[in-house]
Amino acid sequence: MTTPVLQIRDLKVTFSTPLGPLVAVRGIDLDVHPGEMTAVVGESGSGKSVSFLAAMGLLPRTATVEGSVMLDGHQLVGASPKLLRSIRGRLLSMIFQDPLSALNPVHRIGAQISEMLRAHSSMSERAARIRAVELLEIVGIPQPGDRALQYPHEFSGGMRQRVVIAMAIANSPKVLIADEPTTALDVTVQAQILEVIQRVQAQFGTAVVLITHDLGVVARVCERVNVMYAGRVVERADIGTIFDEPTHPYTRGLLASLPQAGVERLVPIAGFPPNMLNPPTGCAFRTRCEHAAEACGQRLPELEPLGNSMTACIRAKELVGR
Amino acid sequence: MTNALLHVRGLVKEFHLKAARGAGRKKRVVQAVSGVSFDVARGETLGLVGESGSGKTTVGRCVLRLLEPTAGQVSFDGVDLATLSFDELRQVRRRMQIVFQDPYASLDPKMTVGASIAEPLVVQGIAGNHQEKVVSLLELVGLSADHARRFPHEFSGGQRQRIGVARALALDPALIVLDEPVSALDVSIQAGVVNLFDDLQRRLGMSYIFIAHDLSVVRHIADRVAVMYLGKIMEIGPAEQVYERPTHPYTKALLSAVPLPNPRVERGRSRIMLEGDVPSPVNPPSGCRFRTRCWKATELCSMQEPELQMRADGQWSACHHPEG
Repeated sequence: MTTPVLQIRDLKVTFSTPLGPLVAVRGIDLDVHPGEMTAVVGESGSGKSVSFLAAMGLLPRTATVEGSVMLDGHQLVGASPKLLRSIRGRLLSMIFQDPLSALNPVHRIGAQISEMLRAHSSMSERAARIRAVELLEIVGIPQPGDRALQYPHEFSGGMRQRVVIAMAIANSPKVLIADEPTTALDVTVQAQILEVIQRVQAQFGTAVVLITHDLGVVARVCERVNVMYAGRVVERADIGTIFDEPTHPYTRGLLASLPQAGVERLVPIAGFPPNMLNPPTGCAFRTRCEHAAEACGQRLPELEPLGNSMTACIRAKELVGR
Repeated sequence: MTNALLHVRGLVKEFHLKAARGAGRKKRVVQAVSGVSFDVARGETLGLVGESGSGKTTVGRCVLRLLEPTAGQVSFDGVDLATLSFDELRQVRRRMQIVFQDPYASLDPKMTVGASIAEPLVVQGIAGNHQEKVVSLLELVGLSADHARRFPHEFSGGQRQRIGVARALALDPALIVLDEPVSALDVSIQAGVVNLFDDLQRRLGMSYIFIAHDLSVVRHIADRVAVMYLGKIMEIGPAEQVYERPTHPYTKALLSAVPLPNPRVERGRSRIMLEGDVPSPVNPPSGCRFRTRCWKATELCSMQEPELQMRADGQWSACHHPEG
């Protein structure tokens, strides 16, 4: 296997709150390989977004980040603001659910993209403007020359997300983190945006981390999947294994709860996600798991190989095949 | 359907927009719903699906008269709602309820859960022991009696949505409009609430109008489904039929865009990629409203608006060039 371009080791994120420290991410390891589309799936509060905001150095001061995030030879945890500024947008880009909040309403689209280009290179203003129009064309915006002169409010939601993607890939970053990039969009527009992300990934060789709660989207575009629960990666496998032979009870529960053709009765997961101010001891999923045993409460399970998966469940081996 | 619970005929709802400054002071009108007709039978679930701006939520609100329709007829149990006085309408409203999308916004944070659930009984001036009724409603939706004294902030999203359902059930309605009732919930929680809707309908026999943009959930819960686009019904029919054999190009494209949680199916199937976004409802295309994004559009489509026509048993679509 290739060397990972982004390597996360034992990442912990703690927020100090009036009610005490809240550990949102409780030690995750994650590798992102060049040119690969990696999914990070989980429900609200699982720590999937916070992990990558931490990697980008974008968390507020109430957050303490520990562990290691190596990107192309740079350590990002504890890096100086200057180093982070030179990395963000050049080696590592991020796009979000709401494209409007990522765009400046009073500047033309073309100018915003060329600003991104000129922030990281000595490109002339003229060359940057020409490149901005090319980028708009790459992400499938019709009449890119005219559209570059327009303002964000003149674009529809899907077109804005394309603009944000154009900005994110302007400097051909090694890694693009897409945090729920299609959640706010209608399905027909979602299909277009996923296609754009796949296309730029192929064209620029960018590694993409897709953060999502939608397993359908994962099934369509991703190669590797990390399932997060309560601030931990509980299962990691390639796409086929996750859907065909899931090993962690949470992954299995998640798949069983999805409405699919031919399924008469959905199977919900009992209970609800833990309060992260006071998570259960040991495996955080045990309070909702039908297979929980006494040993599950004793220590935090680590990811261990099982079949084609890495899974963090001490009972996974005996449960597989049941 | 002669014995339907709800008849909707030619429903139109217009909203007036403020004139843009200096734009000639011309009042602009958005037709959010443009002549929609359907029935809902007793004990049936009608799914209403469509993308943003399709008018699905407005239809739901007009049925309940939370919005006054601009034109058209809504009859509930044989009574035309437009002919009723305010007091009479209030009586009918007992029997039609709504559950909203956001379980955080739809409960009063300062009221105990018990008081929220009992409020419809108080408003309707129903005498009797509300306490007992509240307990039985809480149990009906899978919560427990001691939850009545607590406040909304003590509950998770899924539990709050159950509280909203309990409140809607307080007056024993015959029809509940479920407006995106599970969209705000995580999937593992969503499944439990969907099952709750199934169980309640089996036990109590009420009808649902289930409004959602998630086509997989609608397929699971609906008996019939209506697909809306820019204020019009493009296709309506039995859910399995519409999902398996869509006859309108829009339905076909919409279904092919939905990501399915199965990598083999996802990567094996051909996808119809629609171009652009849904046009603005302020200025919808002439003729067929879908024609600007349709790969089958011809001159006829821009000149003449297609009527709903029966394509198969109970399945209707509005298209000049229907899918085989």
